[in-house]
Amino acid sequence: MDLLTVLLEVSLSVGLAGLGAGVAAIAAGLGIGKIGAAALESIARQPEATGDIRASMIVAAALVEGVALFAVIVCLLVVLG
Amino acid sequence: MRNVYENEHGNSKIWELCDFKKIFAQMKKGFILFLAVFALLSSSVSAASSEDGKFNAGEMIMHHIADAHEIHLIGDLAIYLPVIVKTDNGWDVFSSSHLYHNPQTAETPSGDKVSYYQYGDYIMFHEHLYMAGDGIELNDEGEVMNQAVAIDLSITKTVAGMFLTILIMILIFTSVAKGYKKRGVAAPKGLQSFMEPLILFVRDEVARPSIGKHADRFVPFLLSVFFFIWISNILGLIPFLGGLNITGTLSVTMVLAAIVFIVTSINGNKHYWGHILWPPGVPFFVKLILVPIEFAGIFIKPLVLMVRLTANITAGHIIILAFVALIFIFGEQSASAGYGIGIGSTLFMIFMNFIELLVAFLQAYVFTLLSALYFGAAVEEAH
Repeated sequence: MDLLTVLLEVSLSVGLAGLGAGVAAIAAGLGIGKIGAAALESIARQPEATGDIRASMIVAAALVEGVALFAVIVCLLVVLG
Repeated sequence: MRNVYENEHGNSKIWELCDFKKIFAQMKKGFILFLAVFALLSSSVSAASSEDGKFNAGEMIMHHIADAHEIHLIGDLAIYLPVIVKTDNGWDVFSSSHLYHNPQTAETPSGDKVSYYQYGDYIMFHEHLYMAGDGIELNDEGEVMNQAVAIDLSITKTVAGMFLTILIMILIFTSVAKGYKKRGVAAPKGLQSFMEPLILFVRDEVARPSIGKHADRFVPFLLSVFFFIWISNILGLIPFLGGLNITGTLSVTMVLAAIVFIVTSINGNKHYWGHILWPPGVPFFVKLILVPIEFAGIFIKPLVLMVRLTANITAGHIIILAFVALIFIFGEQSASAGYGIGIGSTLFMIFMNFIELLVAFLQAYVFTLLSALYFGAAVEEAH
């Protein structure tokens, strides 16, 4: 009974915003994981290009992370107002 | 001629003259002493509390992210910044200490208590300034219905932070420029040798590959924006500097993105606008779909620049603050739980701070790179 009342105390919009933030985290993990995997495979194929590949990986990761953080900002706005 | 500080190879003798073992031993002792004093003092620092006295993590985090009219350093120590407002009665300038030393409480019609500050004709509610009139008026949701001041040009924490960034940039770059003027094409020394790789990196790896022939026209702006964002991000990570959040404010990044938008649009040549409004080499009905998308893209690209920078920096600050808030949340249950979680939380917080240092540089680089790419697209010749 207590758990049910606790669950009902949080409004629907705030709960869904929390879920949205979780989905954003999944998306960021998937995206950056794929980038990292591709980078590791390329480094294994051609170790002398490690520097260039590492730089490109970090830039692409920053761009993908930016998109995930848009979603976080939107969820934060839902929670706050 | 060799001076007393150089050995026979012309290198510095500092490695032979200083006793580094003793210096490190003293540093370790001093660091442990500092930790002990800090732990003692921090027990007297008060945490944020909502009206009923419980620790409200969300409120504390939002308070540290948002702007304020004071720079709160530690405990009761704060730097009170000037409040500059224009009302119907003209300009008014006073120190915000008058406001912060005058807290009041009021009740909304639904019975919740809110706290605000009042001084003279002004009410400050959640860092916004309103005309006092006959006193604070609250509606049912707890929002202030008083008239807001006409123009609020106060020096807030973010503005003071920007002045600090500007001061740091002026100090660094005037000294570097003086060094180049004095030394000409000889090898750089001192601060010059630290800044030269960074400046050349922005010019040779960011500007010239992206823009091509006309790169040197845009390099001053790209350098300014790169160092402004980097230094502002770093200032936000320094603890006890008041928790500045310069680039995490939408207003600051909006101005940066607006400048990029204006420069791109002004420098756009015929091919740039032609590609947007009437893309060549595309079937007609695809053009009809593409033109609105490209036109929206003119505005969306700077908008995305703005949100990317703000979101990354704010998210980093929120994560660090959340780890700190975790300590207080557990501390409310029991003091020993607070201490226990404090160790792990502090380690995670230090780790996140290092990640945020990387993010500080990376976001400055990404902003500069994308600005350079937009400029390059604007001045691109036909091929």
